[in-house]
Amino acid sequence: MTDLASNLLLFGRVLRGLGLDVSPGRMRDLVVAVGHVGLARRADFRDAARCLLVHRHEDVPLFEAAFEAFWRKPAEGSTHLDLSALGEKRRFRRPRFAAPSASATASADEGPSSPSPAPVLVPVLSPSAQEVLRHKDFAEMSAEELAEVQAFVRKAAQGADAYPTRRRRPGRRPFIDVRRTLRRSQRHGGEVLTWARLERRKKPRPLVVLADISGSMERYTRVLLLFMYGLAERGAAPVEAFVFGTRLTRITRQLRGRDPERALRDVSHAVPDWSGGTRIGESFHAFNFDWGRRVLGRRPLVLVVSDGWERGDPSLLAEEAARLRRSCHRLVWLNPLLGAPDYEPLAQGMKAALRHVDDFRPVHNLASLEDLGRHLATLRGGRASSRPLPSLRSLHA
Amino acid sequence: MFESIDALERAFRDELYVAERGLSTSTFLALKLGRPLFLEGEAGVGKTEVAKVLARALRTELIRLQCYEGLDVHQAVYEWNYSRQMLHVRLLEARGDAPKEADLFGPDFLLERPLLRAIRARGPAPPVLLVDEVDRSDEEFEAFLLEVLSDFQVTIPEIGTVRAERPPVVVVTSNRTRDVHDALKRRCLYHWIDYPSLESELAIVMAKLPDAPERLARQVTAFVQELRRAELYKRPGVAETLDWAAALLALDRRALDATVVDETLGVILKYQDDLQRVRGPFARAIHDRVQAAT
Repeated sequence: MTDLASNLLLFGRVLRGLGLDVSPGRMRDLVVAVGHVGLARRADFRDAARCLLVHRHEDVPLFEAAFEAFWRKPAEGSTHLDLSALGEKRRFRRPRFAAPSASATASADEGPSSPSPAPVLVPVLSPSAQEVLRHKDFAEMSAEELAEVQAFVRKAAQGADAYPTRRRRPGRRPFIDVRRTLRRSQRHGGEVLTWARLERRKKPRPLVVLADISGSMERYTRVLLLFMYGLAERGAAPVEAFVFGTRLTRITRQLRGRDPERALRDVSHAVPDWSGGTRIGESFHAFNFDWGRRVLGRRPLVLVVSDGWERGDPSLLAEEAARLRRSCHRLVWLNPLLGAPDYEPLAQGMKAALRHVDDFRPVHNLASLEDLGRHLATLRGGRASSRPLPSLRSLHA
Repeated sequence: MFESIDALERAFRDELYVAERGLSTSTFLALKLGRPLFLEGEAGVGKTEVAKVLARALRTELIRLQCYEGLDVHQAVYEWNYSRQMLHVRLLEARGDAPKEADLFGPDFLLERPLLRAIRARGPAPPVLLVDEVDRSDEEFEAFLLEVLSDFQVTIPEIGTVRAERPPVVVVTSNRTRDVHDALKRRCLYHWIDYPSLESELAIVMAKLPDAPERLARQVTAFVQELRRAELYKRPGVAETLDWAAALLALDRRALDATVVDETLGVILKYQDDLQRVRGPFARAIHDRVQAAT
């Protein structure tokens, strides 16, 4: 039994090493559980360990693999070796952060869906140096300037509008708090003189960000992720973040840490295709299919950050964008190219998606980011207010 | 109480619930260790049913708390019966007495909601408390639930602290419309209920619909199993399989045919996108494969 107990503890340590959230209390429970279940059937033992040590569905496959490697007959090979190999495989699969490669960008431009050449960004210059920075395109900034901007963005990030929840609190309208009313009436011999009232409690509306990380978008995405990080950091709004290139990756957990630089590093580790090509439609499909029901339940504001250069099928993108819009509060598309005065959304992907977007806004410099913050804060109620597509010219005015 | 996993499995089967071994093991341990059982899985895989069957098998009461956004203490734990209180005050006044607060906030005026009922239950066996679809409640309620589940006591300011003599058997379910906080799940035994295998699902259909011809049950199950492999927004659950088999039975069908599949597809697919995708050639292809196999 002591042998078993020490093996159990070792197993727990292995699971923790693989990133599972195993608490010491559960390990103690497992020892008790083994007494109830017995060791006659291996599958029962595995099920018992799983229901005690795993509490996230996504951790189940990792647990099963670790269990198979750990609890096997020693004759089949060295357990120690297999386990280190398990960790090794994981580390190996973790892709390194790669600088945007010229070839990836080039091939993206040659895709069948991008017939016209990418528009050139024209930075808007202003008299004062600070103004210059405010209006300078992120893509044109030096590393120092970008760092300054990032620090600012993190501080200045503003949440979206608040939405009324179904929870109530003492207030002015519109419900009556019978309990408090009755308590108060005790002071006047049971006579109700004033009604105690309740109002709806408000909460910041959740945000979901879908950020494009293909080569041309990397800089903007970095700044925007910091914007999101700032939001999440101050609890201004619940943020779910995803990035996509050729595939969709959820990075919400990575953004939860303390240090934004580290968060960004973690993100680049977690994402398999940082700065590859772009398959927006497929990524949206993956989002709608795998995540829609899990993160769109509270009708969040969805921000898409992308230049709309679609390598895949534009009709798929249109279909999935329409679906996405139906299940969120508001679909906001942020396109850095919109900052160029003569930009028209001619890329087929962008054209296809535009019909299903509530707001189409630039996000190429600080000024536009500030505007975005203001815009998010002033949104009220449904989407009827600014439903019609903004005229592109008016956006530059 | 059950003395082994096998005993629990038998009891579940007597109640017409076919559980896979992993679920039986988790449930058995939840009972043995006195911990809540947290069941997660797609809609319609039989999460809620586990609690119902467990209550029947343990010959005890099922107390159900359906969660929703904004669920608060007054709906989950207790509320005072205001109309009765007011009536009482008026009655006393008519008699010329002054109401005393201690009278007004006594047990006569207390409305027990599910959590308090589960804690105060005094039956021969502890009740089964089902906290259904906890993902629909909000974070505030989750935090409160965590507190209740850790020491099974609640405090009512006017009365004091009420503690459970014997903690209830707790089953918490989630459809994953949002991620429930890890702290709550860590307190529980976690089990993910997957879609059942072909054999298990067939056993479920046969157990629940003993009148269904075996050929029909086989075809319906095989069809749904195939359909789950397709990329759908909402895959049909076991509940849908049972509904479909019952619907076909009501239509006096003894076997599937391509026309009736198209006509009744709405019983198993609930999204227009999915229906459009499946209806017609896609459904016919599955139907032909199922026909060939059975």
